[in-house]
Amino acid sequence: MNSSTHTATGEDPTQAEAGHSLWQDAWYRLRHNRAAMVSCVILTAIFVLCFIVPIFPLIDDPAAIELSEKNKGPSASHWMGQDQLGRDLLARILHGGRISILVGLITTAVSLTIGVAVGSIAGYASGRIDALLMRAVDVLYSLPFLIIVILFSAVARGQTDALTAWLADNTPLQYDAIAPFTGLLPLFIAIGALSWLNISRIVRASVQNISNQQYVEAARSLGLSHTRILLRHIIPNAIGPIVVYATLTIPSVMLFEATLSFLGIGVQPPHSSWGILIKDGAERLLSNPLLLLFPSTFFTLTLLSLNFLGDGLRDALDPKSSKD
Amino acid sequence: MPLLDIQDLKVSFHSRNGEVRAVDGVNIQVEKGEVVGIVGESGSGKSVTAYSLLGLIPMPPGKIEGGKALFQGTDLLSLGKKELNSYRGAKISMIFQDPMTSLNPYLKVSTQMIEPLEIHENLSTKRALHRAIESLEQVGIPEAQKRIHSYPHEFSGGMRQRVMIAMALITKPDLLIADEPTTALDVTIQKQVLDVIRDLQKDTGTSVIFITHDLAVVHEMCDSVNVMYAGRVVESAPASELISNPLHAYTQGLYRSNPSNTAKGQDLHTIPGLPPDLAKLPPGCSFRPRNTLGDPSLCLTDRKPELVEYSESHFVQNCPGCLARPEPSEPTTHA
Repeated sequence: MNSSTHTATGEDPTQAEAGHSLWQDAWYRLRHNRAAMVSCVILTAIFVLCFIVPIFPLIDDPAAIELSEKNKGPSASHWMGQDQLGRDLLARILHGGRISILVGLITTAVSLTIGVAVGSIAGYASGRIDALLMRAVDVLYSLPFLIIVILFSAVARGQTDALTAWLADNTPLQYDAIAPFTGLLPLFIAIGALSWLNISRIVRASVQNISNQQYVEAARSLGLSHTRILLRHIIPNAIGPIVVYATLTIPSVMLFEATLSFLGIGVQPPHSSWGILIKDGAERLLSNPLLLLFPSTFFTLTLLSLNFLGDGLRDALDPKSSKD
Repeated sequence: MPLLDIQDLKVSFHSRNGEVRAVDGVNIQVEKGEVVGIVGESGSGKSVTAYSLLGLIPMPPGKIEGGKALFQGTDLLSLGKKELNSYRGAKISMIFQDPMTSLNPYLKVSTQMIEPLEIHENLSTKRALHRAIESLEQVGIPEAQKRIHSYPHEFSGGMRQRVMIAMALITKPDLLIADEPTTALDVTIQKQVLDVIRDLQKDTGTSVIFITHDLAVVHEMCDSVNVMYAGRVVESAPASELISNPLHAYTQGLYRSNPSNTAKGQDLHTIPGLPPDLAKLPPGCSFRPRNTLGDPSLCLTDRKPELVEYSESHFVQNCPGCLARPEPSEPTTHA
C-alpha cells in the first residue's frame, strides 16, 4: 500500500486545489459567449425598466388620458409620444411589459413543474407507468390548444373576478393593482397546464438516458431509495436540457399571450401588455406608426435576447455540441 | 455456515431470440474473510450471478427462476425492496467496472461518500465527513482532506476507482462484490488498485467476490476460484490448486491464452469460436464445439455434465471430453 501511495502522490499534484463543479465550467463558457452576455445585459435592463422604474414616480400614470394630446409624437415630457387616447406610451409599455414578462415566467414555472414531475417519473419508472403517462401526454397533444385555452379562460372568468374582489376586500392590496394579474390567472393555468407536454418528453428522454448510467446503478447498490436517486442523482444531471428548454419556452409563452391578447381574450383594457400594445399599434399603423414601432421593439428585443441566452446556455451546458 | 451460500441459482432474460439462461444452476460458497474469484469470458454469467444477489438485475426482462442466496442465513432473493435496501451498501457493497462512469459527475465526492453513512448509520454530516476522509486515506488518496471536496472529473481513473473502493467499504460491509474492478484501468494502475483491495480486505476481514476474466489476477487475489462457462460453474477449486492443476479443458484454455504462461517464440493459445448463444444451448456439454485441448468426440451430448468432487475441494464438471488429456504433441488446429 505504501508504494501505491507514493506513486499516487505524483499523479496530479496541481489538481489538489478547490473543486470546480461542472456548473462553474458552464458559467465560464457562458461568460465567453458574447451574444449570450449581451442578451443578459439587455434582459436585465428591460427587467429593471419594467419592474423597478415604475415603482418610483419617474414615469406617468399609464391610464392618464389626455385626449387633446392624442397621437402626439415624442416630446420632452413623453419620450415615446402618446397613444390614440393621449396616454404616455412609455408608461404603457413598461407597465405592459410587467404583465408580459410575468406571464412568461409564471406559466413557464407551472409547465416546468408539471413537465419535470411527469417526465422524470415516466422516465425512471419505465414499464407500465411510463406507458400510461406518455399516452396521456399523447392525448393532450392532440387537443386543440387554442380552443381549450379560450374556453377555459371564458369559463373561469367569473371565479377570477370573485377572487380579485375577495383579495381586495381581505388584504391590503388595491383592486386596481392586482386586477391585471388575477385576471390573467386562467391564462397562467391554461397555458401552463398545456405547455408542459414538450418538457415532459424532453425530461423523460434524458432521465431514461441517465438511469442507465453506472452511477445510478452504483447508487442503487448503496441502498438509496428511489426518491433519493431520482431527486439527487438523476434530475440534477438532467437539468441542463431543462434550463435550456425553459429559456426557450418563456418567449414562446410571451408570444402566445400576445396572440391571445391580440384576439381579445388575454389582458383586458385598461390594462395593457405588449401584445395589446402591438395590436393597438397595428390598428393605427398608417396614422401613427410609432405606436407599433416602440412596443414591438421592446418585445422583439426581449424575445431575441431570450433566444440567444437559451442558445448560449445550450452550448455552455453541453460542451460536446459547441464549437470551441 | 458460510457467509454467503448461493444454491442452484437460475437467472434468465427474455429476449427476442427466446429465453436466455444467463445463469443456470450455480452453487457458490463464500466463507467469512475469504476472497472468492469468479472467472469467465464475457457473457458467461459471472456478473449476472453477482448482480442478482443485490437485486440489480433489470426485471423485466430479467427473471430469477430459482435458487437461493443465503447471506448470514437470510435468502437475499426473497427480500422485498425495503429490506434489500438495508443490505445494499451496508452489509454488501459493490465496486463496478468503469470508474469513469460510476460516480455522479454533478456531486462532490464528499456528498457521494457521505450518502451511505447517512442512510445506513444515521451519522451526522460532520462525523460522516470525518469517516469519509479516513476512508479515502485508507485507499491511498493523497491530501484526502482537500481532495474530498473535489468533483469526480478532477480525479484520474485509478483515483476514481480508489474513491469507489473507499465508498464501498465505508460502512464496513461483510461482503464486497468487485465486478472487474481493474478492467477499465491502465495496466500500471491495475496493480495498485488490486493492492488496495487486497490490503483493505486483510485489514477488515471483509469477504470478497472478485469477478474477473484475468486468471493472473485471480492467482494473486483469490483464495478460491470458480470458473464459469455458459451460465454454469465448470470448475471450482482453491486458487493455487486450480492454477497448478487445471482439469477442465476450458480452464486450461484460459490459462494457456495468458501470454505470461507461454514460452517466448511459441504461438499463444486461443480458444476458438465464441461463447455459445445462451438462448439455444445444446442439451449436452456446452463447451464441446470449442474444445481443442480435450477430446470433443467424448463430450456429453445428451445431458449437462454435473459438477463432481475430483479431489479434495477441487470440483469439476465430469464431461469425459473436457477432462480428456490427449498427448500434448497433438497440434491445436486453431491456435
